[in-house]
Amino acid sequence: MNKLKALFAGESVKISLLSIVLGLLIGAIVMIAGGYNPLLAYQSMLEKIFGNAYDMGEALRAIVPLIFTGLAVAIAFRAGMFNIGVDGQIVMGSLGALMVGNMISMPPIIHAIVAIIAGTLLGGLWGALVGVLKTKRGINEVISCIMLNWTALYLSHMVIKAFMAEEGTSRSQSIQESASIQINWLSGLLDGARIHWGFALAVVALIAYHFYMNRTKWGYEIRAVGNNNHAAKYAGMNVSQVVIRTFFLSGMLGGMVGTFEVLGVFKYMAIASATSGLGFDGIAVALLGMNGALGILLAAALFGSLMYGAQGMSFGANVPGEVIKMVISIIIFFAAAPGMIRWLLNKTKRSKQANREG
Amino acid sequence: MHNGEIVLELKGITKRFPGIVANDQISLQLRKGEIHALLGENGAGKSTLMNIVFGLYQPDEGIIELNGQPIVMDGPNKAIECGIGMVHQHFKLVPPFTVTENIILGMEPKRGFGTDLKGAASRIAELSKQYGLNVNPEAKIESISIGMQQRVEIMKTLYRGAEIIIFDEPTAVLTPQEITELLQIMKRLVDEGKSILLITHKLKEIMDVADRCTIIRRGKMIETVTVADTNQETLAEKMVGHRVQFKTDKRPANPQDSLLDIANLVVTAENGQRAVDGISLSIRAGEVVGIAGVDGNGQTELIEAITGMRPIESGTIRLEGRDVKHGSPRTASEAGISYIPQDRHKHGLVLDFDVSENAVLKSYYEERFNHKGLLDRQAIEEVAERHVEQFDIRTPGIHTPVRSMSGGNQQKLIIAREIAKEPKLLIAAQPTRGLDVGAIEFVHKQLIAERDKGKAVLLVSFELDEIINVSDRILVMFNGRFVGETTPETTSDQELGLLMAGKHQGGDRG
Ligand SMILES: Nc1ncnc2c1ncn2[C@@H]1O[C@H](COP(=O)(O)OP(=O)(O)OP(=O)(O)O)[C@@H](O)[C@H]1O
Ligand SMILES: [Mg+2]
Repeated sequence: MNKLKALFAGESVKISLLSIVLGLLIGAIVMIAGGYNPLLAYQSMLEKIFGNAYDMGEALRAIVPLIFTGLAVAIAFRAGMFNIGVDGQIVMGSLGALMVGNMISMPPIIHAIVAIIAGTLLGGLWGALVGVLKTKRGINEVISCIMLNWTALYLSHMVIKAFMAEEGTSRSQSIQESASIQINWLSGLLDGARIHWGFALAVVALIAYHFYMNRTKWGYEIRAVGNNNHAAKYAGMNVSQVVIRTFFLSGMLGGMVGTFEVLGVFKYMAIASATSGLGFDGIAVALLGMNGALGILLAAALFGSLMYGAQGMSFGANVPGEVIKMVISIIIFFAAAPGMIRWLLNKTKRSKQANREG
Repeated sequence: MHNGEIVLELKGITKRFPGIVANDQISLQLRKGEIHALLGENGAGKSTLMNIVFGLYQPDEGIIELNGQPIVMDGPNKAIECGIGMVHQHFKLVPPFTVTENIILGMEPKRGFGTDLKGAASRIAELSKQYGLNVNPEAKIESISIGMQQRVEIMKTLYRGAEIIIFDEPTAVLTPQEITELLQIMKRLVDEGKSILLITHKLKEIMDVADRCTIIRRGKMIETVTVADTNQETLAEKMVGHRVQFKTDKRPANPQDSLLDIANLVVTAENGQRAVDGISLSIRAGEVVGIAGVDGNGQTELIEAITGMRPIESGTIRLEGRDVKHGSPRTASEAGISYIPQDRHKHGLVLDFDVSENAVLKSYYEERFNHKGLLDRQAIEEVAERHVEQFDIRTPGIHTPVRSMSGGNQQKLIIAREIAKEPKLLIAAQPTRGLDVGAIEFVHKQLIAERDKGKAVLLVSFELDEIINVSDRILVMFNGRFVGETTPETTSDQELGLLMAGKHQGGDRG
C-alpha cells in the first residue's frame, strides 16, 4: 500500500498524468477553435468505448497489440537502443503464423500453438538481424530498422502471392479454423467482439517483462548496457551478445502482435501498401509508460481506448478522428519533454509556498 | 590579505535529501577579492552548497544575500544574471565546436541577422590577455587539453560577466603543471577584483592560494579560519575531527615470485598510434609497482591491455605464467585481475544503478548471486552492506542510486568491490582522485594491506606524492616506454619530474 502511494507520488508519474490532462485540454481548445463541441466529442468518445459489450470488447482488442509493441520498444530502450523496426517484425510475425495456419494441417490447439511459436520466432529473428547488423557491421539500428520494415512488407507480399493468394482479392487465403485463437464463448458474450487468447498472453508478457528486467541476470545486463555500455564492457559483459539478444526479444514481442492479429482477429493477411504503424504507436506507449510494465499497461489502455473511441467522435460529434491523433501526440510531446512539466510543477509549488508564507 | 566588503553571504542554509541532511544550517561570507576555500570530507555537502549558490538546487531553509540584498536563486540563469559563474568538475562543452562558439553558446551576439563571431572572438582574446588565460579562440575543443578546456569554462563565466566564480574540485583532473598554472590564474582573477569559492581536497592548494577556508563536517559548518594563521595538519584535523597521518606507514616489502610478466608489449591507441611501444615489465607478488608519468604517455593503454579491454598488437602478458593475451575483461577478471579504473563515471559505475547493483557489477553472474539466471537479491544486499560498512561508504542506504552519492563515496564503492574480489593482481589507476585526505589515507592503507597479503599491486598515478608514498618500485613512463626505474627512498620529486618530461636517464626496462 505504501509502495503504491510512493509510486503515485513519484515525480515521473505526476509528469505522465499532467501530460495526459494537458493533451486532453489542448485537444479541447483546438476543437473549440474549429467550431466543435469538445464536451460532446469526449462524451461520444466515452460512449463509443463503454457504450455496449461489443465496443468494450473491441476496445480491449485494440489495447492488446499496443501492450506488446510498447514492451517491444521498451525493452530496446532499456538497452539504450531504438527499435523502430517493430512494424516489420509484426509483418514477419503475421507471415509466420499465416504460413503455419494456412499451409499445414494439424489438430486444433496444437496447430494454434505451433502457429504462435512460428510467428513469434520469425519476428524475433527479424529483430535479431538488426542486432547482428549493428554489432557485426556497425550499422545504426534506426537505419536498418527502416529498411527492414519495407523488406518485410514486400517479402510478405511475395510469399502470399506465391503460395496463399486468394484469387480476385488483395489479401491472403484465411487460416484453417484449427489455428484460430479466438475465444468463441467470450466473443459470444461480447456480441461478437474479437477477443482472443492474445489478451491473456499480454498479461503474462507484462509480468514476465517486469520479472525479467528486474530479477534476472539477463535483465540486469540489459539495464547495465543501456545505462552505461562502457561500464558494462569493463564489467566483462558481452555487449554485442546483449544487444542481439535484446533485439531478438524485442522482435519476438513484435512478432506476437502480428501473430495474434492473424490468428485471433483477421484470420488472413492483407496485401497492404504500408505497414500497420502499430510499432510506432508502441514508441508512444513506451515513452508514456516510462518503460515499466505497469506504466506500459496503463499507457496502452489509454491510447488503445482513445484510438478506438476516436471513431465515436466523428460519429457522435462530427469531429474528425484525427483530433485524437493530435491529442495523443500532445501527450507524448509533454511526456517526452518533461522539462516543461517540471517547470510548471515548480511554478505551482513556489506560488503555493509564497501563499503560505505571505 | 584582503579586506573587501562582503559580496555573498549564506545564512543558515539547510538542504535535505531523502535520508540525509546534506547541508545543516550552513553560514558563510565571501568577501570581494578573496579566494575562499571549502574543505570537508567526501559527502560533507560542499558540492550541494555550491549548487545551491548557483541555483541548481533550492535550499529548504536559509537565505542567500548578494551585496546585502536577499535573493532567490531559482536557476542557473538567475545566478549568471547575478554575476555568479561555476566551473563544474565535468565540463559542459561541445567537442566539435571552437572555443569561441562554446563560449558564446546560448548568448550569441547578434549583428543584423547573423552572429557576430568576429566581435566575440576579439572580446575573448581580450579577456584571455587580461587574465593570462592564453586560450586560442579558434581552436576546436576536441583538440585541446583538459587544462585548456577548463580555461574555456573559466572564460565562459567571465564572458557572462561573472564577479563570483565557483570552482568545484578544479584540480582533480589536472596534471601538476596545469595545477600550478590554474592557481596562478585564480590569483590573477582575484587581483582583478573577482571573488572565488574553491572546493578542493588538496590542503597544499588551500595553503598556496586561499585567504580563508570554511570547514564543513557532515553537513555542518565547523568554522571559517584565516589560512595564514593555520597549517595543513590543523586543517585536516578540523575537517575529519581527529588527527590525520599524511605519510602512510608501511613495512618494507617482502616480494615473492614474479606474478605478472609482460614482454615486448605493443598496443595501439584509438587514433592508430603506438601508445605502448615494446614494454617489458614484471611485478612480483607482495610488491607495489608505481608508474609515474604525465597523462597520455601510454599508461591508460597499458592498463587496458592488461585488463583485456584493449587488444594488443604484439608481445605477451602472463599472469602466473599463463597467457592472458587474448583475454576479454571477463577472462582477465576471472584470472584474478582487479581494476580500479581511472574514470569512475565512464567505466567504474552504472550511475543509475543503486549501491547494491553496482557492488556486484563484476560478479553478478557468479553462482553465489545467480541461480539459473535468477539474481539472489538477499546475497547481493548482504555484500553491499558489507562494503558500506567496511569501507565507510557514506550513503543513506544500499538502494540509493550512486548518481546521488558524493564523488568520494562513489570511489570508495569501486575500491571496495575490486578489493573484495580477492584478486591476485590489483591495478589502481588514479585511485584517490577526488578523495579527501582521510579517505586517501584509507585507500593507501588498503593498497598496502593487499600487498602485505601477497598480492601484486600496480599503481598508476599522475601525483608524485602518491607514487612515492605507496610504491616499492617506481617506473617512469614517457612516450609509450619506460624511461627510468627507481625507488621511493632514492628518488626525489625533481628527478621524477625530469624523467616524466622525457629527459633520459639511460635504461629502458622495468
Ligand atoms: N541529488 C541528490 N539526491 C540525493 N542525495 C544527494 C544528492 N546530491 C547529494 N546527495 C547527498 O548529499 C550528501 C552531500 O553530497 P555532496 O555531493 O554535496 O558532497 P561533497 O562534499 O561534494 O563530497 P565530495 O568531496 O565527495 O564531492 C551526500 O551524502 C550525497 O549522497
Ligand atoms: Mg563534490
